[in-house]
Amino acid sequence: MSTALVYALCGASLVGVGLYGFITRAHLLRRILAFNIIGSGIFLLLGGAGSRQGAVSPDPVPQAVIITGIVVALSLTALAVALLVRLVEDTGRATLPGEDASRDA
Amino acid sequence: MNPALLFDVALAALAVVAALSAVAGRDLFASVAFYIVYGILIALAWMRLGAVDVALAEAAIGAGLTGVLLIGAWSQLHRKGATETPPGPSSAARLLAAGASASVAVLVAVIFVGLPADGAGLAPAVRENVAESGVSNPVTAVLLNFRAYDTLMETIVLAVALAAVWSLTRDELWGGIPGLRQHARDGGVLATFGRLLPPLGLLVGVYLVWAGSSMPGGAFQAATVLAAVWLLLVMSGAMDEPAIGSTAIRLTIVAGPALFLAYGTGGAFLGTFLGFPADVAGMLIVAIEYVLTVSIAATLALLVAGVPRRQE
Repeated sequence: MSTALVYALCGASLVGVGLYGFITRAHLLRRILAFNIIGSGIFLLLGGAGSRQGAVSPDPVPQAVIITGIVVALSLTALAVALLVRLVEDTGRATLPGEDASRDA
Repeated sequence: MNPALLFDVALAALAVVAALSAVAGRDLFASVAFYIVYGILIALAWMRLGAVDVALAEAAIGAGLTGVLLIGAWSQLHRKGATETPPGPSSAARLLAAGASASVAVLVAVIFVGLPADGAGLAPAVRENVAESGVSNPVTAVLLNFRAYDTLMETIVLAVALAAVWSLTRDELWGGIPGLRQHARDGGVLATFGRLLPPLGLLVGVYLVWAGSSMPGGAFQAATVLAAVWLLLVMSGAMDEPAIGSTAIRLTIVAGPALFLAYGTGGAFLGTFLGFPADVAGMLIVAIEYVLTVSIAATLALLVAGVPRRQE
């Protein structure tokens, strides 16, 4: 087992954890957290794939793509948060219509 | 098992536990706190993988700025009473969701393990050509030269995301100022840090761009540090957010992408879009990075600040 494999498997587990949160939690701030966890899990998989050669530092191309991804994830999170705050202001709820009674926050 | 690998396994397990606490915990604020802890753990994981540039970006953006954004969102929802916990789904539904998510995780893991091990990836190609990029940090070479296309698009995505956030402004507040006016107690921790840290942050930001050409660092990491300085100045009451109607602020936001686009077009006249000979590329890349840093810093800080809440 190598370091790269450990973190890639960690990334795969994080995709699962994020997906579980996304399905079971109705509160939209939780879904934003879950979305970010799925995203960073995928980054770890990509980074793990770029470090399998056992070199001192991983392949720079996936590294650059991941840095781009982290920045794009932040801009999407900011937009999602702005939409959520507006939804709460207009409806008083932080869940999508039809989901508020049956599911967890 | 050697100690380093043991550390990796423990760190990976901790990250998964923190992520689980963030999605499955009862209290929403605790979940946000766990998410920030999770971001720091992931930054450590990137250090262990040797991806220092990514670790810097993850710590500054993934944990830092996203954390500020989420805490801000929580406090706005809390004020409106929208952080309550309604009854959860049935345990059968939860079990089904857990089974489905675990299957996806296992499938992804199996596919990863099954990837051909002999692929050298693009590392050799980057190593051979890095001398022609004008910089010596291979990650910066990819970001600003070999894959400059992606970075150009990314800076445009940032500006468009900010426009999208601003588009949620109410009509009567258009052109106004994001967030509430912040005040900090004189001589308190926040007011003191608000005076002590900004000059240091500024220095670190300028250094990170310069260092990025040969060592880990670069425009995005530096911009995040500058955005943090901006947020600290606002939070400590030393500075107010600018009005989004301000022409100066709008020009600051588009200056980076516009210059980058002009650079790319200049390259097109010499033969290749975004392509420059090595002897001028290094100097041009650093110049563009400095302008990009200022634009990205302003964009990130304003993305975190959100929609205008007041006029004047």
